[in-house]
Amino acid sequence: MNENAIPTRSISADDCAQGRLLTLNIMRYDPQVKGDSPRMVSYQLREAPGMTLFIALNEIREQQDPSLKFDFVCRAGICGSCSMVINGRPGLACRTLTAGFSEPVITLLPLPGFELIGDLSVNTGRFMRELSERIGSWIEAAPAAETIDQLEAPMEPELAEQIYELDRCIQCSCCIAACGTRLMREDFVGAVAFIQVARFRLDPRDQRSDEEWYQIIGNDQGVFGCMSLLGCEDLCPKDLPHQTQIAFLRRKMAGAI
Amino acid sequence: MDPLQSRSHFARAMPARLDMIQSVSGLILALFMWVHLLLVASILISKDAMYWVAGVMEARFLSADGHGYPWLVALFALLILVVFMVHGLLAMRKFPANWRQWQALDSHIRRMQHGDTTLWRWQAVTGFIMFFLGSAHLIIMAMDADKIGPHLSADRFISEGLWPMYLILLLSVEIHGVTGMYRLAVKWGLFDGDDPRRTRTRLKRLKIALTLFFLALGLATFAAYVKIGLEHAPQAGQRYQPGLDQSLAPGVHSPEGKHG
Repeated sequence: MNENAIPTRSISADDCAQGRLLTLNIMRYDPQVKGDSPRMVSYQLREAPGMTLFIALNEIREQQDPSLKFDFVCRAGICGSCSMVINGRPGLACRTLTAGFSEPVITLLPLPGFELIGDLSVNTGRFMRELSERIGSWIEAAPAAETIDQLEAPMEPELAEQIYELDRCIQCSCCIAACGTRLMREDFVGAVAFIQVARFRLDPRDQRSDEEWYQIIGNDQGVFGCMSLLGCEDLCPKDLPHQTQIAFLRRKMAGAI
Repeated sequence: MDPLQSRSHFARAMPARLDMIQSVSGLILALFMWVHLLLVASILISKDAMYWVAGVMEARFLSADGHGYPWLVALFALLILVVFMVHGLLAMRKFPANWRQWQALDSHIRRMQHGDTTLWRWQAVTGFIMFFLGSAHLIIMAMDADKIGPHLSADRFISEGLWPMYLILLLSVEIHGVTGMYRLAVKWGLFDGDDPRRTRTRLKRLKIALTLFFLALGLATFAAYVKIGLEHAPQAGQRYQPGLDQSLAPGVHSPEGKHG
Protein backbone atom coordinates (compact mmCIF):
# COMPACT_ATOMS: atom_id res chain seq x y z
CA MET A 1 0.00 0.00 0.00
CA ASN A 2 1.15 3.52 -0.72
CA GLU A 3 2.68 4.98 2.40
CA ASN A 4 0.73 8.20 2.03
CA ALA A 5 -2.57 6.66 1.01
CA ILE A 6 -5.48 7.90 3.06
CA PRO A 7 -8.45 5.54 3.50
CA THR A 8 -11.17 6.87 1.24
CA ARG A 9 -14.20 4.99 2.49
CA SER A 10 -16.46 6.63 5.03
CA ILE A 11 -15.65 6.01 8.64
CA SER A 12 -18.16 4.48 11.00
CA ALA A 13 -18.04 3.82 14.73
CA ASP A 14 -17.51 0.13 13.90
CA ASP A 15 -14.32 0.93 12.07
CA CYS A 16 -12.88 2.46 15.19
CA ALA A 17 -13.77 -0.58 17.24
CA GLN A 18 -12.42 -2.96 14.60
CA GLY A 19 -9.12 -1.23 13.92
CA ARG A 20 -6.00 -3.39 13.86
CA LEU A 21 -4.13 -3.95 17.06
CA LEU A 22 -0.90 -2.04 16.51
CA THR A 23 2.34 -2.88 18.29
CA LEU A 24 4.81 -0.03 18.64
CA ASN A 25 8.30 -1.08 19.67
CA ILE A 26 9.87 2.05 21.03
CA MET A 27 13.39 2.61 22.22
CA ARG A 28 13.37 3.87 25.78
CA TYR A 29 16.40 5.43 27.39
CA ASP A 30 16.91 8.44 29.58
CA PRO A 31 20.56 9.51 29.67
CA GLN A 32 19.76 11.72 32.67
CA VAL A 33 18.81 8.73 34.80
CA LYS A 34 21.83 7.06 36.34
CA GLY A 35 22.13 3.39 35.50
CA ASP A 36 19.49 3.54 32.77
CA SER A 37 20.32 1.64 29.59
CA PRO A 38 18.64 1.61 26.17
CA ARG A 39 15.88 -0.97 25.81
CA MET A 40 12.97 -1.64 23.49
CA VAL A 41 9.49 -1.44 25.03
CA SER A 42 6.34 -2.66 23.27
CA TYR A 43 3.07 -0.74 23.42
CA GLN A 44 -0.19 -1.91 21.97
CA LEU A 45 -3.06 0.22 20.84
CA ARG A 46 -6.08 0.04 18.57
CA GLU A 47 -5.58 1.60 15.14
CA ALA A 48 -8.00 4.40 14.28
CA PRO A 49 -8.87 5.66 10.79
CA GLY A 50 -6.43 8.27 9.56
CA MET A 51 -4.12 7.60 12.49
CA THR A 52 -0.61 8.98 12.18
CA LEU A 53 2.33 7.89 14.29
CA PHE A 54 2.11 11.25 15.96
CA ILE A 55 -1.47 10.48 17.08
CA ALA A 56 -0.47 6.98 18.14
CA LEU A 57 2.44 8.27 20.24
CA ASN A 58 0.23 10.84 21.92
CA GLU A 59 -2.32 8.16 22.72
CA ILE A 60 0.36 5.99 24.29
CA ARG A 61 1.64 8.90 26.31
CA GLU A 62 -1.86 9.86 27.48
CA GLN A 63 -3.16 6.40 28.22
CA GLN A 64 -0.22 4.13 28.91
CA ASP A 65 3.01 5.85 29.78
CA PRO A 66 3.23 9.56 30.56
CA SER A 67 7.02 9.36 30.76
CA LEU A 68 7.41 8.65 27.02
CA LYS A 69 9.54 11.39 25.45
CA PHE A 70 9.15 12.53 21.86
CA ASP A 71 9.11 15.90 20.12
CA PHE A 72 6.32 17.56 18.24
CA VAL A 73 4.95 21.03 17.61
CA CYS A 74 2.89 21.46 14.48
CA ARG A 75 1.55 17.93 13.77
CA ALA A 76 1.42 18.92 10.08
CA GLY A 77 4.89 18.36 8.62
CA ILE A 78 5.97 21.98 8.92
CA CYS A 79 8.02 22.27 12.08
CA GLY A 80 10.32 19.28 11.53
CA SER A 81 10.31 18.29 15.21
CA CYS A 82 8.88 14.79 15.15
CA SER A 83 11.52 13.17 12.94
CA MET A 84 12.50 9.69 14.10
CA VAL A 85 13.63 6.37 12.67
CA ILE A 86 10.49 4.50 11.63
CA ASN A 87 11.05 0.83 10.79
CA GLY A 88 14.66 1.64 10.03
CA ARG A 89 14.15 4.79 7.97
CA PRO A 90 14.07 8.42 9.07
CA GLY A 91 10.73 10.15 8.66
CA LEU A 92 8.24 12.50 10.27
CA ALA A 93 5.86 10.84 12.77
CA CYS A 94 3.10 13.31 11.92
CA ARG A 95 3.30 12.54 8.20
CA THR A 96 3.36 8.77 8.59
CA LEU A 97 0.00 7.02 8.52
CA THR A 98 -0.19 3.78 10.47
CA ALA A 99 -2.43 2.45 7.69
CA GLY A 100 0.63 2.54 5.44
CA PHE A 101 2.22 -0.41 7.24
CA SER A 102 1.05 -3.78 5.99
CA GLU A 103 2.37 -5.39 9.19
CA PRO A 104 0.90 -3.88 12.36
CA VAL A 105 4.30 -3.84 14.06
CA ILE A 106 6.22 -0.56 13.96
CA THR A 107 9.67 0.00 15.42
CA LEU A 108 10.64 3.51 16.48
CA LEU A 109 14.16 4.68 17.25
CA PRO A 110 15.56 8.14 17.86
CA LEU A 111 17.45 9.80 14.98
CA PRO A 112 21.06 8.59 14.97
CA GLY A 113 23.91 11.08 14.96
CA PHE A 114 22.38 13.56 17.40
CA GLU A 115 22.53 14.18 21.12
CA LEU A 116 19.81 12.08 22.75
CA ILE A 117 17.52 13.96 25.11
CA GLY A 118 15.54 10.84 25.97
CA ASP A 119 13.58 8.06 24.23
CA LEU A 120 12.67 9.43 20.77
CA SER A 121 13.63 13.00 21.51
CA VAL A 122 16.94 14.27 20.12
CA ASN A 123 18.58 17.66 20.14
CA THR A 124 18.75 18.64 16.48
CA GLY A 125 18.67 22.32 17.45
CA ARG A 126 22.29 22.51 18.50
CA PHE A 127 23.43 20.84 15.27
CA MET A 128 21.31 23.17 13.13
CA ARG A 129 22.54 26.24 14.97
CA GLU A 130 26.20 25.23 14.58
CA LEU A 131 25.60 24.41 10.94
CA SER A 132 23.94 27.72 10.33
CA GLU A 133 26.92 29.56 11.77
CA ARG A 134 29.35 27.37 9.89
CA ILE A 135 27.88 27.97 6.44
CA GLY A 136 26.50 31.43 7.14
CA SER A 137 22.91 30.60 6.30
CA TRP A 138 21.79 34.17 5.99
CA ILE A 139 21.99 36.82 3.31
CA GLU A 140 25.41 38.41 3.18
CA ALA A 141 24.25 41.66 1.67
CA ALA A 142 26.26 44.45 0.16
CA PRO A 143 27.18 47.29 2.56
CA ALA A 144 24.07 48.86 4.08
CA ALA A 145 21.97 51.03 1.82
CA GLU A 146 22.11 54.77 2.09
CA THR A 147 18.70 55.07 3.60
CA ILE A 148 16.65 52.64 5.61
CA ASP A 149 13.57 53.19 3.46
CA GLN A 150 15.34 52.40 0.18
CA LEU A 151 13.34 49.97 -1.96
CA GLU A 152 14.68 46.47 -2.48
CA ALA A 153 15.45 45.57 -6.08
CA PRO A 154 12.59 43.56 -7.56
CA MET A 155 13.11 39.85 -8.19
CA GLU A 156 11.78 37.83 -11.11
CA PRO A 157 8.91 35.57 -9.99
CA GLU A 158 10.66 32.52 -11.51
CA LEU A 159 13.76 33.18 -9.44
CA ALA A 160 11.69 33.81 -6.33
CA GLU A 161 10.01 30.46 -6.88
CA GLN A 162 13.31 28.67 -7.34
CA ILE A 163 14.52 30.14 -4.06
CA TYR A 164 11.26 29.27 -2.36
CA GLU A 165 11.52 25.68 -3.59
CA LEU A 166 14.83 25.30 -1.73
CA ASP A 167 13.55 27.32 1.22
CA ARG A 168 10.91 24.68 1.90
CA CYS A 169 13.47 22.81 4.01
CA ILE A 170 12.13 22.42 7.54
CA GLN A 171 15.45 21.30 9.04
CA CYS A 172 13.91 18.07 10.32
CA SER A 173 17.33 16.33 10.08
CA CYS A 174 15.98 13.29 8.22
CA CYS A 175 18.59 13.85 5.50
CA ILE A 176 21.31 13.82 8.15
CA ALA A 177 20.04 10.61 9.72
CA ALA A 178 19.67 9.05 6.26
CA CYS A 179 23.24 9.93 5.27
CA GLY A 180 25.80 7.15 5.58
CA THR A 181 28.62 9.64 5.03
CA ARG A 182 27.49 11.85 7.91
CA LEU A 183 27.02 8.87 10.24
CA MET A 184 30.61 7.84 9.54
CA ARG A 185 32.05 11.34 9.63
CA GLU A 186 30.54 13.69 12.15
CA ASP A 187 32.11 16.78 10.61
CA PHE A 188 30.37 16.22 7.26
CA VAL A 189 27.79 18.98 6.79
CA GLY A 190 25.10 16.98 4.99
CA ALA A 191 22.26 17.74 2.61
CA VAL A 192 20.55 20.29 4.86
CA ALA A 193 23.65 22.48 4.53
CA PHE A 194 23.89 22.05 0.76
CA ILE A 195 20.26 22.97 0.19
CA GLN A 196 20.79 26.15 2.22
CA VAL A 197 23.98 27.05 0.38
CA ALA A 198 22.16 26.47 -2.90
CA ARG A 199 19.36 28.71 -1.66
CA PHE A 200 21.59 31.64 -0.68
CA ARG A 201 23.76 31.19 -3.74
CA LEU A 202 20.66 31.72 -5.90
CA ASP A 203 19.61 34.82 -4.00
CA PRO A 204 20.72 37.97 -5.87
CA ARG A 205 20.80 39.89 -2.59
CA ASP A 206 23.57 37.62 -1.33
CA GLN A 207 26.94 38.94 -2.43
CA ARG A 208 29.06 35.85 -1.81
CA SER A 209 31.02 34.61 -4.83
CA ASP A 210 31.71 30.97 -5.71
CA GLU A 211 35.27 31.42 -4.41
CA GLU A 212 33.79 32.37 -1.05
CA TRP A 213 31.34 29.48 -1.13
CA TYR A 214 34.28 27.23 -1.95
CA GLN A 215 35.93 28.30 1.30
CA ILE A 216 32.85 27.08 3.12
CA ILE A 217 31.86 23.82 1.40
CA GLY A 218 34.72 23.13 -1.04
CA ASN A 219 36.31 20.39 1.05
CA ASP A 220 35.89 16.83 2.26
CA GLN A 221 33.60 17.98 5.06
CA GLY A 222 31.54 19.71 2.40
CA VAL A 223 30.41 18.83 -1.08
CA PHE A 224 33.50 16.81 -2.05
CA GLY A 225 32.97 14.52 0.92
CA CYS A 226 29.54 13.48 -0.34
CA MET A 227 29.60 9.82 -1.40
CA SER A 228 26.36 10.12 -3.42
CA LEU A 229 24.52 7.49 -1.40
CA LEU A 230 21.41 9.64 -1.92
CA GLY A 231 19.62 8.71 1.30
CA CYS A 232 18.85 12.45 1.57
CA GLU A 233 17.21 12.53 -1.85
CA ASP A 234 15.11 9.44 -1.23
CA LEU A 235 14.02 10.10 2.36
CA CYS A 236 13.49 13.87 2.50
CA PRO A 237 9.94 14.33 3.86
CA LYS A 238 9.63 17.53 1.85
CA ASP A 239 10.84 15.93 -1.40
CA LEU A 240 13.56 18.52 -1.84
CA PRO A 241 15.77 18.07 -4.93
CA HIS A 242 18.92 17.12 -2.99
CA GLN A 243 20.59 15.07 -5.72
CA THR A 244 20.41 17.85 -8.32
CA GLN A 245 21.42 20.54 -5.85
CA ILE A 246 24.44 18.63 -4.55
CA ALA A 247 25.50 17.79 -8.12
CA PHE A 248 25.03 21.43 -9.10
CA LEU A 249 27.13 22.66 -6.16
CA ARG A 250 29.78 20.05 -6.90
CA ARG A 251 30.07 21.31 -10.47
CA LYS A 252 30.13 24.95 -9.38
CA MET A 253 32.68 24.32 -6.64
CA ALA A 254 34.90 22.27 -8.96
CA GLY A 255 34.72 25.18 -11.37
CA ALA A 256 35.60 27.70 -8.67
CA ILE A 257 39.21 26.58 -8.19
CA MET B 1 52.60 35.67 -5.19
CA ASP B 2 53.40 35.24 -1.54
CA PRO B 3 54.56 31.62 -1.14
CA LEU B 4 52.34 31.08 1.89
CA GLN B 5 49.34 32.24 -0.08
CA SER B 6 50.06 30.16 -3.15
CA ARG B 7 50.63 27.17 -0.90
CA SER B 8 47.28 27.67 0.78
CA HIS B 9 45.52 28.06 -2.57
CA PHE B 10 47.06 24.79 -3.68
CA ALA B 11 45.87 23.08 -0.51
CA ARG B 12 42.40 24.59 -0.79
CA ALA B 13 41.97 23.49 -4.38
CA MET B 14 43.03 19.93 -3.53
CA PRO B 15 39.66 18.48 -2.40
CA ALA B 16 38.07 19.55 -5.70
CA ARG B 17 40.98 18.18 -7.71
CA LEU B 18 41.04 14.87 -5.85
CA ASP B 19 37.31 14.44 -6.32
CA MET B 20 37.60 15.11 -10.04
CA ILE B 21 40.61 12.83 -10.43
CA GLN B 22 38.74 10.07 -8.62
CA SER B 23 35.80 10.50 -10.98
CA VAL B 24 37.87 10.74 -14.15
CA SER B 25 40.13 7.80 -13.27
CA GLY B 26 37.01 5.74 -12.48
CA LEU B 27 35.47 6.74 -15.79
CA ILE B 28 38.63 5.72 -17.67
CA LEU B 29 38.82 2.38 -15.87
CA ALA B 30 35.13 1.58 -16.37
CA LEU B 31 35.27 2.38 -20.09
CA PHE B 32 38.51 0.44 -20.38
CA MET B 33 36.94 -2.59 -18.68
CA TRP B 34 33.94 -2.56 -20.99
CA VAL B 35 36.16 -2.41 -24.07
CA HIS B 36 38.44 -5.04 -22.50
CA LEU B 37 35.52 -7.43 -22.04
CA LEU B 38 34.29 -6.88 -25.57
CA LEU B 39 37.81 -7.61 -26.87
CA VAL B 40 38.42 -10.78 -24.85
CA ALA B 41 34.88 -11.92 -25.69
CA SER B 42 36.07 -12.28 -29.30
CA ILE B 43 36.90 -15.83 -28.22
CA LEU B 44 33.15 -16.47 -28.40
CA ILE B 45 33.30 -15.87 -32.14
CA SER B 46 36.32 -18.04 -32.81
CA LYS B 47 39.93 -18.59 -31.84
CA ASP B 48 40.93 -16.84 -35.03
CA ALA B 49 38.91 -13.78 -34.05
CA MET B 50 40.63 -13.61 -30.66
CA TYR B 51 44.00 -14.21 -32.30
CA TRP B 52 43.29 -11.32 -34.65
CA VAL B 53 42.23 -9.02 -31.80
CA ALA B 54 45.37 -9.88 -29.81
CA GLY B 55 47.40 -9.20 -32.94
CA VAL B 56 45.86 -5.77 -33.42
CA MET B 57 46.57 -4.93 -29.79
CA GLU B 58 50.25 -5.64 -30.20
CA ALA B 59 50.28 -3.89 -33.59
CA ARG B 60 51.19 -7.03 -35.48
CA PHE B 61 50.16 -5.29 -38.69
CA LEU B 62 52.99 -2.77 -38.28
CA SER B 63 55.85 -5.21 -37.87
CA ALA B 64 57.62 -6.68 -40.87
CA ASP B 65 58.01 -10.15 -39.34
CA GLY B 66 54.34 -10.25 -38.27
CA HIS B 67 55.22 -10.75 -34.62
CA GLY B 68 54.07 -7.35 -33.47
CA TYR B 69 55.24 -5.45 -30.44
CA PRO B 70 53.99 -7.09 -27.23
CA TRP B 71 55.75 -4.39 -25.23
CA LEU B 72 52.94 -2.07 -26.38
CA VAL B 73 50.53 -4.26 -24.44
CA ALA B 74 52.91 -4.33 -21.47
CA LEU B 75 53.17 -0.56 -21.53
CA PHE B 76 49.42 -0.19 -21.71
CA ALA B 77 48.95 -2.61 -18.80
CA LEU B 78 51.39 -0.52 -16.76
CA LEU B 79 49.54 2.68 -17.68
CA ILE B 80 46.25 1.14 -16.59
CA LEU B 81 47.97 -0.03 -13.41
CA VAL B 82 48.96 3.56 -12.66
CA VAL B 83 45.41 4.85 -13.25
CA PHE B 84 44.12 1.92 -11.20
CA MET B 85 46.41 2.74 -8.28
CA VAL B 86 45.49 6.42 -8.37
CA HIS B 87 41.80 5.53 -8.40
CA GLY B 88 42.23 3.04 -5.56
CA LEU B 89 44.22 5.50 -3.50
CA LEU B 90 41.59 8.22 -3.90
CA ALA B 91 38.61 5.93 -3.41
CA MET B 92 40.20 4.62 -0.23
CA ARG B 93 39.61 8.05 1.35
CA LYS B 94 35.91 7.21 1.45
CA PHE B 95 36.33 3.87 3.20
CA PRO B 96 35.45 3.65 6.89
CA ALA B 97 38.73 4.46 8.63
CA ASN B 98 38.14 2.81 11.99
CA TRP B 99 35.86 0.44 13.85
CA ARG B 100 33.44 3.15 14.94
CA GLN B 101 32.95 4.38 11.37
CA TRP B 102 32.59 0.85 10.06
CA GLN B 103 30.01 0.04 12.71
CA ALA B 104 28.07 3.26 12.08
CA LEU B 105 27.90 2.59 8.36
CA ASP B 106 27.15 -1.11 8.75
CA SER B 107 24.25 -0.62 11.15
CA HIS B 108 22.99 2.23 8.97
CA ILE B 109 22.97 0.00 5.89
CA ARG B 110 21.16 -2.78 7.76
CA ARG B 111 18.63 -0.41 9.27
CA MET B 112 17.77 1.65 6.22
CA GLN B 113 17.58 -1.04 3.53
CA HIS B 114 18.21 1.70 1.00
CA GLY B 115 19.36 0.60 -2.45
CA ASP B 116 22.03 3.17 -3.26
CA THR B 117 23.49 3.02 0.25
CA THR B 118 23.65 -0.79 0.27
CA LEU B 119 25.20 -0.73 -3.17
CA TRP B 120 28.04 1.41 -1.86
CA ARG B 121 29.15 -1.40 0.42
CA TRP B 122 29.32 -3.69 -2.59
CA GLN B 123 31.37 -1.10 -4.38
CA ALA B 124 33.74 -0.86 -1.44
CA VAL B 125 34.01 -4.66 -1.09
CA THR B 126 34.55 -5.26 -4.80
CA GLY B 127 37.01 -2.35 -4.91
CA PHE B 128 38.95 -3.83 -2.04
CA ILE B 129 39.10 -7.24 -3.74
CA MET B 130 40.33 -5.62 -6.93
CA PHE B 131 43.11 -3.81 -5.08
CA PHE B 132 44.81 -7.17 -4.83
CA LEU B 133 43.52 -9.33 -7.66
CA GLY B 134 43.37 -6.48 -10.18
CA SER B 135 46.95 -5.49 -9.40
CA ALA B 136 48.08 -9.10 -9.69
CA HIS B 137 46.31 -9.48 -13.03
CA LEU B 138 47.76 -6.25 -14.42
CA ILE B 139 51.27 -7.16 -13.34
CA ILE B 140 50.96 -10.64 -14.87
CA MET B 141 49.73 -9.06 -18.11
CA ALA B 142 52.58 -6.55 -18.16
CA MET B 143 55.12 -9.35 -17.65
CA ASP B 144 53.50 -11.87 -19.98
CA ALA B 145 52.33 -9.40 -22.61
CA ASP B 146 53.69 -11.69 -25.34
CA LYS B 147 51.63 -14.61 -24.08
CA ILE B 148 48.16 -13.37 -24.98
CA GLY B 149 46.32 -15.56 -27.43
CA PRO B 150 43.54 -18.11 -27.69
CA HIS B 151 45.67 -20.95 -26.30
CA LEU B 152 48.13 -19.25 -23.97
CA SER B 153 45.39 -17.14 -22.35
CA ALA B 154 43.25 -20.24 -21.88
CA ASP B 155 46.26 -22.06 -20.43
CA ARG B 156 46.48 -19.36 -17.78
CA PHE B 157 42.93 -20.26 -16.72
CA ILE B 158 43.48 -24.01 -16.37
CA SER B 159 47.10 -25.09 -16.62
CA GLU B 160 48.33 -22.17 -14.53
CA GLY B 161 45.28 -22.48 -12.29
CA LEU B 162 44.27 -18.82 -12.33
CA TRP B 163 40.59 -19.40 -13.10
CA PRO B 164 39.38 -18.59 -9.53
CA MET B 165 41.15 -15.25 -9.72
CA TYR B 166 39.56 -14.46 -13.07
CA LEU B 167 36.11 -15.47 -11.87
CA ILE B 168 36.29 -13.27 -8.75
CA LEU B 169 37.74 -10.41 -10.78
CA LEU B 170 34.99 -10.72 -13.36
CA LEU B 171 32.20 -10.57 -10.80
CA SER B 172 33.87 -7.70 -8.93
CA VAL B 173 34.67 -5.56 -11.91
CA GLU B 174 31.26 -5.82 -13.55
CA ILE B 175 29.42 -4.86 -10.34
CA HIS B 176 31.92 -2.13 -9.44
CA GLY B 177 32.20 -0.59 -12.89
CA VAL B 178 28.53 -0.25 -13.73
CA THR B 179 27.66 0.94 -10.22
CA GLY B 180 30.49 3.45 -10.40
CA MET B 181 29.26 4.80 -13.73
CA TYR B 182 25.76 5.21 -12.28
CA ARG B 183 27.11 7.03 -9.26
CA LEU B 184 29.27 9.21 -11.46
CA ALA B 185 26.16 10.29 -13.37
CA VAL B 186 24.12 11.18 -10.27
CA LYS B 187 27.10 12.65 -8.45
CA TRP B 188 27.83 15.26 -11.11
CA GLY B 189 24.27 15.45 -12.44
CA LEU B 190 25.51 14.48 -15.89
CA PHE B 191 22.21 13.56 -17.54
CA ASP B 192 19.83 15.40 -15.23
CA GLY B 193 17.84 17.07 -18.01
CA ASP B 194 14.41 18.51 -17.28
CA ASP B 195 13.40 15.79 -14.87
CA PRO B 196 16.37 14.53 -12.85
CA ARG B 197 14.24 12.05 -10.90
CA ARG B 198 13.00 10.38 -14.04
CA THR B 199 16.59 10.35 -15.28
CA ARG B 200 17.72 8.62 -12.13
CA THR B 201 15.02 5.96 -12.44
CA ARG B 202 16.14 5.33 -16.00
CA LEU B 203 19.80 5.27 -15.00
CA LYS B 204 18.99 2.67 -12.37
CA ARG B 205 17.26 0.51 -14.96
CA LEU B 206 20.16 0.97 -17.34
CA LYS B 207 22.55 0.03 -14.54
CA ILE B 208 20.75 -3.27 -13.94
CA ALA B 209 20.55 -4.01 -17.66
CA LEU B 210 24.24 -3.27 -18.23
CA THR B 211 25.29 -5.29 -15.18
CA LEU B 212 23.33 -8.29 -16.42
CA PHE B 213 24.66 -7.86 -19.96
CA PHE B 214 28.30 -7.63 -18.92
CA LEU B 215 27.96 -10.43 -16.39
CA ALA B 216 26.36 -12.70 -18.99
CA LEU B 217 28.96 -11.83 -21.61
CA GLY B 218 31.75 -12.15 -19.06
CA LEU B 219 30.62 -15.52 -17.77
CA ALA B 220 30.19 -16.86 -21.31
CA THR B 221 33.70 -15.66 -22.16
CA PHE B 222 35.02 -17.16 -18.94
CA ALA B 223 33.41 -20.48 -19.82
CA ALA B 224 34.92 -20.37 -23.31
CA TYR B 225 38.45 -19.90 -21.96
CA VAL B 226 37.92 -22.63 -19.38
CA LYS B 227 36.74 -25.01 -22.10
CA ILE B 228 39.70 -24.24 -24.34
CA GLY B 229 42.03 -24.41 -21.34
CA LEU B 230 40.80 -27.90 -20.51
CA GLU B 231 41.08 -29.08 -24.10
CA HIS B 232 44.48 -27.53 -24.54
CA ALA B 233 45.91 -28.68 -21.22
CA PRO B 234 47.95 -31.53 -22.76
CA GLN B 235 49.74 -29.02 -24.97
CA ALA B 236 49.86 -26.24 -22.41
CA GLY B 237 52.26 -23.47 -23.36
CA GLN B 238 51.93 -23.96 -27.10
CA ARG B 239 50.85 -21.01 -29.13
CA TYR B 240 47.84 -20.87 -31.34
CA GLN B 241 48.39 -21.01 -35.04
CA PRO B 242 45.69 -19.30 -37.05
CA GLY B 243 43.75 -21.53 -39.38
CA LEU B 244 44.88 -24.72 -37.65
CA ASP B 245 42.78 -25.90 -34.76
CA GLN B 246 45.40 -27.51 -32.56
CA SER B 247 42.97 -28.88 -30.02
CA LEU B 248 41.95 -31.42 -32.67
CA ALA B 249 45.48 -32.33 -33.57
CA PRO B 250 47.35 -33.38 -30.44
CA GLY B 251 51.05 -33.77 -30.89
CA VAL B 252 51.31 -31.23 -33.67
CA HIS B 253 54.03 -28.82 -32.74
CA SER B 254 53.40 -25.23 -33.47
CA PRO B 255 55.92 -23.50 -35.68
CA GLU B 256 54.61 -20.24 -34.29
CA GLY B 257 56.74 -20.30 -31.13
CA LYS B 258 58.61 -17.10 -31.66
CA HIS B 259 58.99 -16.37 -27.96
CA GLY B 260 59.56 -19.78 -26.59
